[in-house]
Amino acid sequence: MFSFIARRLLIAVPTLLLLIVISAVLMHAAPGGPFNSERKLPAEVVANLQAKYGLDQPLYLQIWTYIRDLVLHFDFGPSFKYKDRTVNDIIAQGFPVTLVYGFWSFVIATILGIGAGVIAAIRQNTPTDYLVLTVAIIGAVLPGYVIAPILVLVFTLKLGWLPGGGWEDGEWRYLVMPVIALSTGYIASIARLMRSSMLETLNSNFVRTARAKGLPEWKVITRHVMKPALLPILSYLGPVFVGMVTGSVVIDMYFSTGGIGKSFVDSALNRDYSVMLGVTLLVGALTILFNLIVDVLYAFIDPKIRY
Amino acid sequence: MALLDVKDLGVTFATNDGTVTAVNGVSFSLERGETLGIVGESGSGKSQLSFAIMGLLAKNGRATGSVRFEGQEILNAAPAVINPLRAVHISMVFQDPMTSLNPYMRVSDQMAEVLTHHKGMSKADAVTACVRMLDAVKIPDAKGRIRLYPHEFSGGMRQRVMIAMALLCRPDLLIADEPTTALDVTVQAQIMALLRELQAEFGMATILITHDLGVIAGFCRDVMVLYGGQVMERAPVDPLFETPSHPYTRGLISAIPRVDTHGETLVTIPGTPPNMLRAPKGCPFAPRCAYAGADCDDHLAPLTAFAPGRLRACNRSLEELA
Repeated sequence: MFSFIARRLLIAVPTLLLLIVISAVLMHAAPGGPFNSERKLPAEVVANLQAKYGLDQPLYLQIWTYIRDLVLHFDFGPSFKYKDRTVNDIIAQGFPVTLVYGFWSFVIATILGIGAGVIAAIRQNTPTDYLVLTVAIIGAVLPGYVIAPILVLVFTLKLGWLPGGGWEDGEWRYLVMPVIALSTGYIASIARLMRSSMLETLNSNFVRTARAKGLPEWKVITRHVMKPALLPILSYLGPVFVGMVTGSVVIDMYFSTGGIGKSFVDSALNRDYSVMLGVTLLVGALTILFNLIVDVLYAFIDPKIRY
Repeated sequence: MALLDVKDLGVTFATNDGTVTAVNGVSFSLERGETLGIVGESGSGKSQLSFAIMGLLAKNGRATGSVRFEGQEILNAAPAVINPLRAVHISMVFQDPMTSLNPYMRVSDQMAEVLTHHKGMSKADAVTACVRMLDAVKIPDAKGRIRLYPHEFSGGMRQRVMIAMALLCRPDLLIADEPTTALDVTVQAQIMALLRELQAEFGMATILITHDLGVIAGFCRDVMVLYGGQVMERAPVDPLFETPSHPYTRGLISAIPRVDTHGETLVTIPGTPPNMLRAPKGCPFAPRCAYAGADCDDHLAPLTAFAPGRLRACNRSLEELA
């Protein structure tokens, strides 16, 4: 088990390096740069700026400098757009926000999604099942940018219960609407996944054996059905968690939460190379980490998997 | 009073293509300690018959008729009625030991839950009792291996675990649904020998479902031949093999490959089993039967006794078949 984890972490290093190289090449291949703006800057100014940020160097040298600073000083470099801020600052400011609302969205989506899926499967082809399916489909097709304004309309403008946006650490009132808007789609997809996984397990031979033992249905489900039915959900939840804690541009825009999701999209629009690369690396590292966690969890749940 | 009394049992499945009739008007009874073999080819309804008795039909299945266990109606019974009987009085061994055990639970947990649930035993006592039962089905080092997971057992060993699990509460009736079909031939023989031994030791009534007449011959006292969801013939095992009274049984027996006769080709019954989406009105075997007349497509004579312990359902008389 430990050698498995060590091996996977070791493989993560070249993976992340490759991620840096490919992202850098793609970013620089896109037209424009951080210092293009509507107001044309004098050529000398641009040349000075390029030199200051090392953009006058060949791309491979830029990548090498970036990796060196990252490895030696854990320094993601300065933002090209915001003169007084480094990428470390931007991530340190935005990531805790998305981490909080992403984490709670994940908790809510997992609990409600799995719960709804289980109930729908147990009550297959009954009105309860159809209700869950209908709500799930509506939830799946409603994008965040539709849900968010509806929420603001109802809870802020009509009822006046919640602030329409902003963020204060530890203040739940700012958390409610981002969490609802972010989790709805995930609740729907987790519910549908859980339902079909449950139905498949309920039809398996070993569940028939469990019923033949004369166990009441709730015992059959809790002891024999839940665990195998959760396995396919688990591999889905890893990437979902990463996607949620790294935020959503829609949430950050509508609710002015100041999360990292907006920084990422802004950086792409501004060609703010270092911020783009920094957030990409963060998402990449988290993805590798959580896929590893999921794989380790599998080993605990499925006795056939041993590393 | 018979231990098990099945009357006019029917099983149908609602499918997208229409209603499939799996079992059609099957009646039989079974006394304590009796061994009955149910034989039939794939799709003859033999497995669904056993699932209906146990109340384990798939969700789209519907059972009609009556199944009485010690006089109590158990067909389509509420969970409160059927659950206390399952495993305690009626147990079942399934066809595929690879998938019939829960792959995510230790064998000890899956076995012990039968005793903790039905007998209120403590986990430790239950596991001890399970080890004893694993010893009885001749699993070497049962004490150590009960902690393993099913995939750590071979196919034959898994079926032994299934059998041990079914016998934990010393049931009055054991239904074995093709217990050896998924196993190697040599392992098949071992499992059948084990079942024979356990049946003699515990004395439970046993229904053995199989498509293998050879397996039946060595185990059962009585045989019931099923075709197209209907009983064609029921007889004690020796007369059935010596003087089968039904054209289908004759076909089955002549289709058994023999080592004492030379021949290149295997004997088969011409034709294919009926499509149960359109259950035949008359005798399901009529299209494949050499003796069939026009009346056979129209109706089938009811299962009637013609000698002690022997019943047959055929429009042709025994003389006509001679």
